[in-house]
Amino acid sequence: MITSDADILKEAEAWKRAGKGVAVATVVETWGSAPRPVGSHLVIDEAANFLGSVSGGCVEGAVIMEAMDVIADGRPRMLEFGVANETAWQVGLTCGGRIRIYLERVEDGSDHLAGRPGSGQALA
Amino acid sequence: MKLDLLAALNEECAARRATVLITEIASGQQRLVREKDIPADPLRHRLQEHLTLRTSGLIEEGDKQFFLDVHVPPVKLLVIGAVHVSQALAPMAAGLDLMVTIIDPRTAFASPERFPGVALLAEWPDEVMRRIRLDRNTAVLTLTHDPKIDDRALAEALRSDCFYIGALGSRKSHAQRLERLRATGFGEDDLVRIHGPVGLNIGAVSPGEIAISILAEIISLLRQDRRQARKATEG
Repeated sequence: MITSDADILKEAEAWKRAGKGVAVATVVETWGSAPRPVGSHLVIDEAANFLGSVSGGCVEGAVIMEAMDVIADGRPRMLEFGVANETAWQVGLTCGGRIRIYLERVEDGSDHLAGRPGSGQALA
Repeated sequence: MKLDLLAALNEECAARRATVLITEIASGQQRLVREKDIPADPLRHRLQEHLTLRTSGLIEEGDKQFFLDVHVPPVKLLVIGAVHVSQALAPMAAGLDLMVTIIDPRTAFASPERFPGVALLAEWPDEVMRRIRLDRNTAVLTLTHDPKIDDRALAEALRSDCFYIGALGSRKSHAQRLERLRATGFGEDDLVRIHGPVGLNIGAVSPGEIAISILAEIISLLRQDRRQARKATEG
C-alpha cells in the first residue's frame, strides 16, 4: 500500500471515527542526517497498529510505546532521540542524527478555532 | 489535535489545496490556515516561505514557538504520449505521489484499457496545456517521438514556469528537435531547460528502466536543495 502523508492522516481520521484511541507523531526538528524530513507523520491506534514513519524504523517502537500513554492521558509530549549507544541497547538513531517528535492525541469533537477564517488571531 | 481539525486538513489535502496546520508548541493549541486565507494571516510571510520551499518547520514569533505542518498539493506530471514507457511510468509515478495525466491525441494509444486507473486525455497536448495551469509544481515529459505532437507540448512547456521538461529521443533526434524549436523563435536560454536525451544515465533499456531513469531525474530536480546541501557538507 502506498502511504503519502496525506493518506496517513486520512487513516488517523478513519480510526478515530471508528471509535479508536489515536495518536499522531510529527517530526518537528532534525539535526544531522535524520532519515525522515520535518513534517513526517506516524499515526498509532490504541492497539499499537501504526502507519507512516518518523525515522528509518529506529525509534518507531519507542514512539509507539509513548503513544499508548498519550492516548491514555491526552497530554501532548515532545520526544527527542539522539545517537544510539549500541552497547547500552539504548533507543536512538544509528545514522548519528537527532530528531524531535511532537506526539499528540486526536481529540473528540470540534475545536472552535478549526479552520474558521480569521479566528486564529488569538494564536498568532 | 481535534478530530474536526484533522478532518478539515484531510478535506483540503483531498481537494489538492495548500494548507498549513499551526501548533503552538508550549500550549498545544492548533489552528488550520487554508490556501485562500493565507494572504490575510498574521503569519503570512512565514507561511509563504514554507509553502514555496514545500517544507514544514519550527518558527519563533514573538516569544512563542510554532510548528508549521505544511501540506502542499502533489507535483503534477504531464506525460505526452500514451506509449509503452508511459504504461510503465504511470504506476511508479503514483507511488512517488506525483499526479500523472497522460495526453495523446491518437485514440488507439490513449485507450483506458491500456491505462487502467490513470488520468488520460485523448487530445492535442497544447490544447490541454493552455486549459490547465502549468505552474512551478508541474513537470512535462514528451514521449511520442512524433514532432507533430511533442513539439507543440514542448513549446507550451517552454512558455510556462514548469520545473522540469524532458523529451525522449536520441542525441540526434534531440539535436533536430532543438533546431526546429530554434526556428520557431526559442532561444538558447529556453532550450537548455529541456532535458534530452531524457533521464539519468543508468543505461536503461526496457520501458520500466527508462521510466525509473526519468523519474530519478525529476526527483533530482525536486530535491535540488538537498543535493546541494549534501555536496556542501561533503566539501
